[in-house]
Amino acid sequence: MAKDRTLLGTGLRLGCAAVALASALAGTLISGPAFAKDDLVIGAIQFPGTFHPSIDAMATKNYILDMARRPFTTFDQDWKLICMLCTELPSLEKGTAVEVTRPDGTRAIDATFTIQPGATWGNGNPITTKDVLFTWEVGKHPQSGITNSQMFAKDIVGVTAVDDKTFTIHWDKFRCSYDSINDFLLLPEHLERPVFEADPSQYRTRTLYDTDRTNPGLYFGPYRITRVESGAYVVLEQNPTWWGEKPSFKRIVVRTIENTSAMEANLLSGEVDFVAGEVGLSIEQAIAFEKRNGKRFNVVYKPGLFFEHIDLKLDNPILADVRVRRALLMAIDRDAISRQLFEGKQPVAHGQVNPLDRYYSDDFPKYPFDPAAAVKMLEEAGWKELRGGIRHDASGRRLSLEFQSTAGNRTRELVQQVLQAQWQKAGIEVRINNQPARVLFGSTMRERQFPGMAMFAWLSAPENIPRTILHSTMIPTPENGFSGQNYVGFSNPEADKLIDDLEVTCKEDEARPLWTRLQQIYAEQLPSLPLYFRSDSYIMPLWLEGVRPTGHQYASSLWVEQWRSKQ
Amino acid sequence: MLRFVAVRLLQALIVLLVMSFLIYGLIGLMPGDPIDLMINANPNLSPSDAARLRALYGLDLPIWTRYLNWLAAALQGDLGYSRLISQPVLEVLKPRLLNTLLLLSISLVLALAIAIPLGVHAARKPNSVTDTAVNLLCFAGISVPPFWLALLFIILFSVTLGILPAGGMAPIGGDGGLAERLPYLVMPVATLTLVSIGGYTRFVRAAVLEQLRQDYIRTARAKGVSERGVVWRHALRNAMIPVVTIVALGFGSLFSGALVTETMFAYLGMGKLIYDSILGNDYNIALVGLLLATLMTLAGNLLADLGYAALDPRISFTETRT
Repeated sequence: MAKDRTLLGTGLRLGCAAVALASALAGTLISGPAFAKDDLVIGAIQFPGTFHPSIDAMATKNYILDMARRPFTTFDQDWKLICMLCTELPSLEKGTAVEVTRPDGTRAIDATFTIQPGATWGNGNPITTKDVLFTWEVGKHPQSGITNSQMFAKDIVGVTAVDDKTFTIHWDKFRCSYDSINDFLLLPEHLERPVFEADPSQYRTRTLYDTDRTNPGLYFGPYRITRVESGAYVVLEQNPTWWGEKPSFKRIVVRTIENTSAMEANLLSGEVDFVAGEVGLSIEQAIAFEKRNGKRFNVVYKPGLFFEHIDLKLDNPILADVRVRRALLMAIDRDAISRQLFEGKQPVAHGQVNPLDRYYSDDFPKYPFDPAAAVKMLEEAGWKELRGGIRHDASGRRLSLEFQSTAGNRTRELVQQVLQAQWQKAGIEVRINNQPARVLFGSTMRERQFPGMAMFAWLSAPENIPRTILHSTMIPTPENGFSGQNYVGFSNPEADKLIDDLEVTCKEDEARPLWTRLQQIYAEQLPSLPLYFRSDSYIMPLWLEGVRPTGHQYASSLWVEQWRSKQ
Repeated sequence: MLRFVAVRLLQALIVLLVMSFLIYGLIGLMPGDPIDLMINANPNLSPSDAARLRALYGLDLPIWTRYLNWLAAALQGDLGYSRLISQPVLEVLKPRLLNTLLLLSISLVLALAIAIPLGVHAARKPNSVTDTAVNLLCFAGISVPPFWLALLFIILFSVTLGILPAGGMAPIGGDGGLAERLPYLVMPVATLTLVSIGGYTRFVRAAVLEQLRQDYIRTARAKGVSERGVVWRHALRNAMIPVVTIVALGFGSLFSGALVTETMFAYLGMGKLIYDSILGNDYNIALVGLLLATLMTLAGNLLADLGYAALDPRISFTETRT
């Protein structure tokens, strides 16, 4: 008996000793901050699948690469198009963009860009038009695996090198976005050509961006990637060949922590300094974190171009009536939702154009919370009889709609419940039937199988013309292979014409009335119910300055050289 | 014995082949494909780009054609390329497998090292204060959600005391040697160990209790065998047969990982990899990962069968003729 007790005790003591030893060892290894202030550790909830700039679009990849590379053009924090790798935006007025007529009679435009004179790859090779021509060659090759080849293979019909630093883009047709080549992401010809020419169909698996990720010649930003631990972290160090403003931090580490509770714990323990809005916590997590630890961190919310809305299936006989659509919007208190659930950090949307966009117009109908007006409108639409709290029309049909969203998204599920209760008060029965994101977007929305309402978000760029979601040619059908994202089935000849005209109306004063009218049509017809513009939340240490969130899909890390430590 | 092993290996091969088809088919039945996921991430992806990429990735082929293509390549040693991680499958799996093996084998050994003495101790005095205390601890261990325990550890040891890293595999910039990794293993190992001790202890307790009621135990005691000998040499040895079965059944999880613990501690193991690959429609990783787990479960069962013979000489693999 005594020996048994001894054995048991020995086992327990051994276990405790192991933990104690490891803890002691850990104490010596991690005592003090992981890095001095020369270093910045950023937490991200995802790890990039690939580091190739044009294969697969992923927020974390773009966030990291934006510190190590620069696009030719991008939108800045004030949502203004600017040059980064080029010296000046081409312009019709200055003659660097020229309207031309193609041999087949098409009205088109040529735009000339000049590469920054000091721009060099991280291995010292200058960035030249050879890289531009190679990038276009890879981009338009059908086997290269480039995700968005539309621009390379269709929109751009030619690229001409004027000299080592100047090139002209020949667009397929006249377009006002001729000066914007945000997604023309340069590839190093001197390194990638042999890989590409060996077998273009295998380029996506053999690119140096995935087989030799720390090759300095792949990068040309303020930082370059010096170490990658797949799935765990990416280390970026200052790029000695960077031609611009010298960055402050010697080293930046982007650590992947997929669990948001663990991310918070890492912030509190000091192992992560900063969680960026583009790759980090959701707004409600950030709000909760701020309440608990707001004094230790600077939490910044930036409303952006994530347009949270409810798509309405216009083929549904109930929703085909615009009065019902308007009543649905007037019956819900979006201000209260924003205030109660998001502390007012996510502004209510009245249309799909963000008020920060230069083409936003305030001159369109809005539908504030007005339950009495909603009821009146429903009655006008024939939904007069209340039975068991639910409205019925003269034929005895129930005012009942199915409401879908992404299952497991806590915020959306919470909003759904609030909306369901508010609609119930107006006599509208709403049945929630959520699906996992991949089912909802993989088939339900893509094939327009949703029967009533579906809540999700669109991400767009500033000044983005909503062709894919509002033009009648973009309604997914079996005949067009379910292409397009006009899931609601919106078809309005005037809106179609406005969208077509906007693409070729370049002068701001001429485009503005077209934008205004398009916003009015959207508000009058309500093909979807606007809810709010989602905000990105940045949790920053008090000593960090210079980080300016953009609110659009181009990351704040494009200006990483302006980030500084106050200490 | 050799014949027995050969037959079981042949059966395992057939099971693996069937499983590969089933897993491939089930993943293929899920709505959407990798290109749909790309469209979600990138609304500007044009329909023609989507069609081009589907053809490039072979997603426009019928599922059985894709499966046969995969099988033909796999039989030649080419397990394919991970679409999500942009690396060959073997290069992705190898380090993850080693990480998981390290984490889960340490946890398993520790859990058994603690559970067996605890279970025996509780079984020797059923319904005593010690037994009640052990049972209480066991049920607490079984009931506690691993993510909660993990979070508690992180808050206590990383945030409050600051003596252990909150997550990761090794210090950033380090060489990743075992000494460097040890502190990072403490909390994941402790979490997994604590949540599995309860189950094992209960099994050991029940099995030993059952054996202690047997006639041969009474005989051993009558013959004057010491209490220590009765419990540890006779009762425990026979009680280990069901315990070995349970451990063997869990053997596959050594390779398929511990999803929750890995996620909480940002530990790069198989569980998270397989989970992400299924959600991300990364057929090659999901398939090979799940097949590996199947293979190890089969191997675990084979080892368990062999272990039975070692524990109980009455169990024989030779055919008897009557």
